[in-house]
Formats: sequence, structure tokens, C-alpha cells
Amino acid sequence: MIKELYKPGSYPNLAPPKGTVGFYGWTKSNLFSSLSNSLLTIFSFILLYFLIDGIIGWFFLDAVFDADSKIECRKIDSGACWAVITRRVGQFIYGFYPDAERWRIDIVFIGLFFASAPLLYPDLPLRRWLLWFSGFYPFIAFILINGGLFGLVSIEINLFGGFMLTLIIGVSGIVCSLPLGIMLALGRQSKLTFVRSISVCFIEFMRGVPLITLLFVASSMLNYFMPPGTNFSILVRVIIMFTFFAAAYIAEVIRGGIQAIPKGQYEAAESLGMTYWQTTRFITLPQAMKISIPGIVNTFIGLYKDTTLVIVIGLLDPLGIGRAALADTKWNGLSTETYLFVALFFFVSCFAMSRYSLWLENKLNTDHR
Amino acid sequence: MVTNKKNNSSKPVIEIKEMHKWFGNFHVLKNITLKVNQGERIVICGPSGSGKSTLIRCINRLEVHQQGDIIVNDIELSGDLKNLEAIRREVGMVFQSFNLFPHLSVLENCTLAPIWVRGLPKKEAEEMAMELLTKVKIPEQALKFPGQLSGGQQQRVAIARSLCMEPKIMLFDEPTSALDPEMIKEVLDTMIELAESGMTMLVVTHEMGFAKKVADSIIFMDEGEIIEQNNPKTFFNNPENERTKLFLSQILNH
Repeated sequence: MIKELYKPGSYPNLAPPKGTVGFYGWTKSNLFSSLSNSLLTIFSFILLYFLIDGIIGWFFLDAVFDADSKIECRKIDSGACWAVITRRVGQFIYGFYPDAERWRIDIVFIGLFFASAPLLYPDLPLRRWLLWFSGFYPFIAFILINGGLFGLVSIEINLFGGFMLTLIIGVSGIVCSLPLGIMLALGRQSKLTFVRSISVCFIEFMRGVPLITLLFVASSMLNYFMPPGTNFSILVRVIIMFTFFAAAYIAEVIRGGIQAIPKGQYEAAESLGMTYWQTTRFITLPQAMKISIPGIVNTFIGLYKDTTLVIVIGLLDPLGIGRAALADTKWNGLSTETYLFVALFFFVSCFAMSRYSLWLENKLNTDHR
Repeated sequence: MVTNKKNNSSKPVIEIKEMHKWFGNFHVLKNITLKVNQGERIVICGPSGSGKSTLIRCINRLEVHQQGDIIVNDIELSGDLKNLEAIRREVGMVFQSFNLFPHLSVLENCTLAPIWVRGLPKKEAEEMAMELLTKVKIPEQALKFPGQLSGGQQQRVAIARSLCMEPKIMLFDEPTSALDPEMIKEVLDTMIELAESGMTMLVVTHEMGFAKKVADSIIFMDEGEIIEQNNPKTFFNNPENERTKLFLSQILNH
């Protein structure tokens, strides 16, 4: 009897019971599973409504986007007074860079987009050509920002500021610290005592000293160590310090990655006759870098946010510009708006980095695909 | 089944003379003397910790011996890096845990060393890799990553990867010990095929069926010494040494 009804291996795939999957099922099991749970859900929704209503009101609906001063703002509406930002947006972006020359910075920003794209996305079409541009970009950017060549007006560094300053220091620091960090990590693992000791000393010193100290050194002392006559601009000195500081951290992150690689990988490479440098280039580093992505990006984000510290040596990053704006009697007391805006800028940049690193991790994940 | 006659006349490709090795104070290999002729297949067995893996790892200097001589293909193994690279180009090795490069595709695993160590053009290296992957019966997996393959498939890729360097000698360090039982056969079949093609092979394994089938001679090791070396027939039917008898009774009676 049973044999006729059921043949082994022929059992059909049945649909799950009704109300256990989909939106309805999820709502029922998570939000309204019991009386107390349902009450809590309703209460939370009411709370959320008032909260969001208030936030949207302050930020947008009751906000003032243009006015001459804080007092005018308050006369118009009760929400945020974004006029402090809109009236000074130029300063926030370019610092005190002369109005007539700001197009140069715009070109640098647009160029940055095209120069970084082929480095960040290996599958980009025309990547080979764009990489040439990436190679030349630093020189183009340097000339455009600094001026003094090709008939461009030379601009004093103390006029730099705002997001432009953050990007200059942040991007240069990130780009330079990665290769330096890799070299330090390899140096620390080296069998050559000299190379190893230098790497260890450098890493331990840079990690053991607060960044602010290094910035003070950069602003006041570094020129004493240089041969007489050389005079680095303060910005270059600051970028060097940021690079050294971040490289020390990156070196340790990558060392962790290198040490996580099983011994068998080296043995396999060795038994195939590969040399140390071949093994490092094709086997060790690619795997170590992949493992280290979260740590490296962590360091980058830290470096990027630490650029705000340049305020202590008199450079005006967005935070410094914000403080300058608040010092103006017209905008006195609008710190919430100002700091929120600066925070938003940093958040957007850092969140982008974080997302990119996740994307890259997924792309490089060859374990299960 | 096996004849040593034709091999005995030819020149040894591996010659180990009174070789000793210590791990710290521990004497792992004691007075090892061994000759391997061109085309000879040698199986090394023995209880765990007897030094059999260490012995074959000494042959391509993954382990460094402290006393005695190892001569591979007329080159003496010493600290000289040039000699070492020359030897490693001639000696392929297959590991217990496969040790494939997880971030490279199967094909790239096979072509990396031929391209960079032997200086082969990429296209030639890829053709040869595909040929060898076909030989180990997994050409269709060439573009996958090692992590997507089963253990048996990974080990066959590892064998193909070694063969891509066109070695004269192949070392196998317990190639089937990390495999699920149903995958052991596919790897052993590949190795048998390789043996039939005339490759000089040193195999550390517990697979006595494999030993009976392909070995020219079987070495039994215990506590760092070569206790007995014999042809398979004598080794299994008439072992000379008491310890060999005990080991065989433990490994065969279950």
C-alpha cells in the first residue's frame, strides 16, 4: 500500500506553511508576536514619528538657507541656520585661495576622480590609458595648486585651507604611506639585521609618538635636520609626517597579514624554485594585503580624520574654517550647524572608504564563489 | 612484478650518504644512506614521527641537514643558493595539505612558476598547463579557484602544478593522508599513471596497495633510521626485521 503511494527519491519540494515567509511572516514574527511586543511596536512607531518629524523640521522644513546673519535667520524661521555654511561655502572648500584662481582647484578635484578610478577599479575599461594619467596626475596637481609655472600665479601656502587642504594631505598621505608601509613590513621580517633594525626602530618610534608632536616637529624643527639652504614648504613637511605616521601603523597591519599566511605556501613556492622576491610578489603580498584590507582602510580613515590636527600649526582645515566662521560676530553661536556640516563631510568621505574596502574584500574573496 | 635490474646499472639521481639531521637536540634522522636511480619508484613508510617526511623534505632542502651529503642530479645540496635553485627546478614536490595558492586560479597556479622561474612565454606555459591538467583529468576546472575544488581535485592540481616545471624527480609527502576515503583513489590513479610514464618518484605513504602495485623498492623507517629496504614481494611476504613485521601487522590487519 505504502509502496504504491511513495517511491523513495520522489518526494516533492513543498511550499512552507502560509504566513511564515515574506513581509507578512516577518512582521508577524518580529513585531507582533505577542501582546506586549505589539504594544512596544506601536509605542516605538509613535516615538519614531515625533523624532523624525522634529529632525526633518529642524534640518529642512524650518531651516533658513540664506540670510545675512544669525539674527536675520532667527527672524525668518526657527530651524537650522544654514546660511553660515552657504555664505562661506567657498571658504569651506578652498580656504583663502584667491577667487580668481579657484578654477585650478576645480580641475585638480575633477582630475583626482579620473586619476583614482583606474587604481581603485581594476576592471575599468581603458584602464591602461587612465593609469598613465594617474602617474602624471601628482605633478599636474602640484603645479596647478602651487602655481609659479606656465604663467600660473604662485599661491602662498598659508592661503590653502578647507576641504582642499584635507584632500591634499589625506590623499598624499594615503598614497605615499601604503608603499612605505609595505616596505617597512617586509623590512621588519628581513633576515638582514641592518634592514630589520632600521624598520623596527622606525615603526616603534613613529607609533610611540603622538601625531601632534610630529606636526610640531614638522612645523618648527625639521628644517634644522636638513642641509642648510633646503627649505621644504610646511605642507610638504606635514605630508611627510602624516605619511611616516600612517606607514608605521600600516606596516604592522601588513605584518599581521604576512604572518597569517600558512607555512605551506612558502614551502610550495620554494619547492617550485621561486626566489624570495618572486614569492613575496606573487604569493605572500597578495594574500597578506587581502587579509589586511580592513586594517589598512582603518588606518587610512584614521589618517584622514587626523588631518584636522593641522589646526595646531596654523593651517585651516574645514574644522579650522568652521571655527573662524563661528568667531565672526554675525554667526556667533551657530556651532551645531557648522560642526554638523564638517562632520557630514568627513562622514561621507570615510563611509565611502569603508564601503570601498568591503567591496574590494568581496571581490578578492576566492574561498567560495 | 618489479625488477630492479634495469635500474641498478644506471647512475643514481639521488645519492644520500651518512646523512644526519637534528631538530634542536632531537636526532630526527640518523645515518641515512640511500641511492635512487633514474626511473625508480620508492615508497617510504613507517610509524608517525619516524622521520620519513623529514627525509624527503631534506632532498629539496625544505629541511636543512647538518651532517653527511645529499647529491641530487650531480649537484650537491649545500647553503649555496644557486645550487639550491637548480635542484628545486629538477625536483617537484606534492604536499599532504596540497598548498595550492588560494588567490590564484588553477591555471595560474600551474603557470606561475614556469613563467617566472623557467622564463617560459605565457602562452606556452598555459598550453603545457592545460595539457597536464587534462592528464590529471580536470581541464574543465582550470579557471576556478582552488577553494572551489574537492580535496582530491586540489591534490591532482598540485601534482599538475609540480609537473609543469618538468621535474626529473617527484617527491610525495603523504599525498592522500588529508583526503576523504572516496577521493584517495583518484589521486592514487594519477600517481600510478605518472609512475608508468617512468618518473623517478619518492613517495611517503601508508597506502600499501599503491606500494605493492608500483614500488620498485620499499623503505621502512623507524626512529630516524632506515630499518629495512626491500622489493615489495619480500617486504610484504618475508620482512627481515621484527619492527617491520610489527608495523605491517598493525597496518594491514584491520
